[in-house]
Amino acid sequence: MEKLMLLGDEAFAQGALDAGVSGFYGYPGTPSTEIIEFIQRSKQANADKIHHTWSSNEKTAYEAALGMSYAGKRAVVTMKHVGLNVAADPFMNSAMTGANGGLLVVVADDPSMHSSQNEQDSRFFGKFAMIPILEPSNQQECYDMAFFGFELSEKFGIPVMLRLTTRLSHSRSGVIPRERLPQNEISIPENPVQYVLLPGIARQKYKGLIAAQEGYEKEAENSPFNRYDLEAKDTSKGIIASGLAYNYLREVYGEEPIPYPVIKISQYPLPMAQIHKLYDMCDSLLILEEGMPVIEEMLKGASFKGSKPIHGRLDGTIARDGELNPNKVAKALGLEDKYGMDVPDIVAPRPPALCVGCPHIDSFKTLNEALKDYENARVFGDIGCYTLGFLPPYQSINSCVDMGASITMAKGASDSGIHPSIAVIGDSTFTHSGMTGLMDCIYEKTNIVIIILDNSTTGMTGGQEYTAKGRLEEICIGLGVEKEHIRTFFPHIRNHEEMIQIYKEEIEYEGVSVIIPRRECIQTLKRRTKKGK
Amino acid sequence: MKKDIILAGVGGQGILTIATILGHAAISRGWQLKQAEVHGMSQRGGDVQSHLRLSDKEIHSDLITMGDADMILSVEPMEALRYLPYLSKEGWIITNSNPFVNIPNYPDVEDVYAEIRKIKNHKLFDADAIAKEIKANRSMNVVVLGAAIKHLGFSKEEIEDTIKAIFTPRGEAIVEQNITALNTGYELG
Repeated sequence: MEKLMLLGDEAFAQGALDAGVSGFYGYPGTPSTEIIEFIQRSKQANADKIHHTWSSNEKTAYEAALGMSYAGKRAVVTMKHVGLNVAADPFMNSAMTGANGGLLVVVADDPSMHSSQNEQDSRFFGKFAMIPILEPSNQQECYDMAFFGFELSEKFGIPVMLRLTTRLSHSRSGVIPRERLPQNEISIPENPVQYVLLPGIARQKYKGLIAAQEGYEKEAENSPFNRYDLEAKDTSKGIIASGLAYNYLREVYGEEPIPYPVIKISQYPLPMAQIHKLYDMCDSLLILEEGMPVIEEMLKGASFKGSKPIHGRLDGTIARDGELNPNKVAKALGLEDKYGMDVPDIVAPRPPALCVGCPHIDSFKTLNEALKDYENARVFGDIGCYTLGFLPPYQSINSCVDMGASITMAKGASDSGIHPSIAVIGDSTFTHSGMTGLMDCIYEKTNIVIIILDNSTTGMTGGQEYTAKGRLEEICIGLGVEKEHIRTFFPHIRNHEEMIQIYKEEIEYEGVSVIIPRRECIQTLKRRTKKGK
Repeated sequence: MKKDIILAGVGGQGILTIATILGHAAISRGWQLKQAEVHGMSQRGGDVQSHLRLSDKEIHSDLITMGDADMILSVEPMEALRYLPYLSKEGWIITNSNPFVNIPNYPDVEDVYAEIRKIKNHKLFDADAIAKEIKANRSMNVVVLGAAIKHLGFSKEEIEDTIKAIFTPRGEAIVEQNITALNTGYELG
């Protein structure tokens, strides 16, 4: 078949499609967004009516995917690493229920925090839930692992995690596709208690999960994606490289053979028998992994009582934080660390900024003016383009923590006596995690102003649809915000005075106010006008 | 044969189109490619780069090793300098000279040029002005590409064929504009 040029994200998406998936669920988040975007554009997916609508958040997405798996069909749920925190409850418990139709949990980590608040490593979560993890090292493996992952999931009746990282998610290369598999027919779980985690049943299920570990490990040991190249003569060092790190290892030796024994890990739990073999034959180990020192910590823990050194991120052989690259790997191996020239001092940083014509600019400028007379004002921000309102020239917000935290942090600050206490949240983020926080405020009649910046899209990730679009006022009224304290305006220079006035009035109101500046995202507007031509 | 190219610019300036054209030409030769792109937050007017690796053999890393790049191909002069740690000793800088000023502390542009001229192999020209002159305003990126191709070991015909293959669905006029932009750039290379 003809080679396809695909991003890592797209290669997985096409793989899942060809492997007979019936639905994708997810919430946008860099670097995972392109999986579902690819499916939304796919003629094949649309013709076969494969589910690909964005969910309200990662938790609802996860549960819907679990339901599809319950019905016997193959399902994928996608998210970025911090999205798994939101979905952690169903994730952990789905390891207890297990899967019926194949269930793949695809989590894209962002080491070096190119577009994230932290660089947590999802392999810890996979290990925590005690489920098999796949970690592809290239685009072809992304594709092939969709087939393999569903097979594994259905063989053991367990969700399988597929862990991606930014560099693979967003890098393009050739992929050879395979023959398509049909979707599963509906089949209800044979065991009526499989999904009923009442304590008595859960205790039995947990014993089952523990007992299954040996099988998972055996499977990893024989995985077509793990490699044990133990023949090399120089045993002063043994190398364990996982996922992308394996590419960097091969890159630094170019066409030369790697002089040390090497284990490539792309499937977990770790194949400990092979790793023990490597440890026994070598004087030391070097662990190369993209992200946190997951393997290294496991090996330095109880498994090895010996005194041979194990090098990696924990002892500083490789920097403890940040993305891996060929230069870091070369240095860790004592090879020549190449370098071009220094960046001249005159080169200034060019941080991302709000687009020219962005409606948030007008909302921030007028908010700053309205707050001029309030010495103690605090503005709690959230996750989205408008986080850039922290940067000059706006400097409008004081926090950015997690999805939805603006409203609840502003509530806590208001409870402490801070006035005015203001939350700034995007429309899609409000849908994702803002409504429950708003309920808390209404219940206690908190003195708070919540600004829902409505640009009618999920902007930061490139303009995706979201579930509450066009219904923000209805939702706020339904939740119990007083009608006269839901204010909307069109954020534009021509409404300058009106906007400041509205902000001021609602700050003075002692209770819950919601202000909705509404103007379409300049990027989606441009795209729409272009299409219309 | 392998070619490691850093494509540089500011979000929205069209470096991915350059990557698509070069990638397509490499595939037509039966080569392999890896192309690391930037998506997400940085696209909002920040600096963006793409690592484009082309080779007739298997490519392992998605990232170019520092000190190994054969070329920095940039549509903005200051952005060309940001990736100097990647450039090999004999590597080329091919860059547009027209600055994209969206930050308050953009350096004196003459200082930027002086730094570029310190690199032995460089081409510095106003690709925006050239594109305007030949009435192909939106093809500034293809002018820059045109100046690069002979230093990357591609023939003009190969790239012309690629442009035809990629842009034909968007109409003859667009194809013509881009071919003109390519040829004009090629003369500068």
